[in-house]
Amino acid sequence: MSAVHLDTSGLLCPLPVIRTQDRIKTLACGDTLTVVASDPGTMQDIPAWCRVHGHVLLESAEQEDTFRFVVEVRR
Amino acid sequence: MAGYRNGRRPRAAALISGGLDSMLAAKVVLDQGVDVEGVNFFTGFCVEGHTHAIRKRERSKVKRNNALWTAEQLGIKLHIVDVIDDYKDVVLNPKHGYGANLNPCLDCKTFMVKNALTEDLVTDGAFDFVITGEVVGQRPMSQRSDTMPVIARESGAGDRLLRPLSARNLPPTLPEREGWVDRNKLYGFHGRDRKPQIALAERYGFTDYAQPAGGCCFLTDQRYSRKLKDLWDAKGERDYELDDIMLLKVGRHLRPAPNYKLIVGREEGENNFLAGFRRQFLHLRMVSHEGPLTLIDGSPDATDLTLAARIAARYSQGRDAPEVRMEACHTDGVTEQLLVAPLAPWEVDPRWHIGT
Repeated sequence: MSAVHLDTSGLLCPLPVIRTQDRIKTLACGDTLTVVASDPGTMQDIPAWCRVHGHVLLESAEQEDTFRFVVEVRR
Repeated sequence: MAGYRNGRRPRAAALISGGLDSMLAAKVVLDQGVDVEGVNFFTGFCVEGHTHAIRKRERSKVKRNNALWTAEQLGIKLHIVDVIDDYKDVVLNPKHGYGANLNPCLDCKTFMVKNALTEDLVTDGAFDFVITGEVVGQRPMSQRSDTMPVIARESGAGDRLLRPLSARNLPPTLPEREGWVDRNKLYGFHGRDRKPQIALAERYGFTDYAQPAGGCCFLTDQRYSRKLKDLWDAKGERDYELDDIMLLKVGRHLRPAPNYKLIVGREEGENNFLAGFRRQFLHLRMVSHEGPLTLIDGSPDATDLTLAARIAARYSQGRDAPEVRMEACHTDGVTEQLLVAPLAPWEVDPRWHIGT
């Protein structure tokens, strides 16, 4: 199992979702991806994308205009 | 319905814009037992997403991505595809020209149908056909009885392109002939009347769906198109980067002279967005009063910079003051203090406003 980090700061939705989607394509079931974002829209979009694709959102947090998500990959 | 194909159910890619028609089209086919997955192309000109995030005054609304929301309602996957670079050729060199503004709708739909079939979206075999929410007669350029076959032909999809909402106005497609979908359960909607779609939405229990006025693309917007044309004129070539077309969505754009233009933030959300570009642009920041962040795109001389500052001051809380203080921050890090008199309303030449 690997843990991968992705920084999408400065990108506006849907680009953080697209970058998340493209990164997860390269990961295996059980791997985790930590995504950092600056667009508040990610608070809606990344959880929705995880639900749609069946990945597990382990964490979702906001701190001083930075948004952080930890996604566990499911296949 | 949905007979088996090579030992599995037929699989369709549904173009999902986030609007009602594409949602209904996918639902109609999904209900016939076809495996449907959504595809949404991000061109950079999409109304969805970015502008919702930029404008602070809209923050009371939920900033959902309607394409994702639609997929979730339908219970299907959604592939969001970044086509910013490839889409340039569609915008810059549309084979079929533009609509009322800089909207290359016919080439755009062709591009999307083609890419939905050829994109490497699914790992275990390609999609068998493509679904769109197109309705004959609904749009003046891409959704006419004479142009819809052009999309099928030039995308390479041919009879693998199914328009479930309008299928009974069109010749049977491969999915219908093969029995993957029942033509009798498809629809014959036509024209600009939205009542059939709204009635079908009610039957499905869809009560909350996006109905963007003028579509989901900024290129259909007259003011946006004028700003894009001004950008090309100023560059001396028809080209753009993502940052260029994003900045056209934000702020007041004023061009007092051919060699520079101002982008003036209209509220806090836009100021925050523009602040992300402050290292790339000469910009003006109010010091003595509350006011907008103003980016200056181009090469103003000292006289131009004073005029730019006076224009920017016009949109600040100091607009009625005899003088305001501001900083001009150059891209090399040098900061210049300016003391200027805000322009009076009648001193702002209406022709400076781009897009109005």
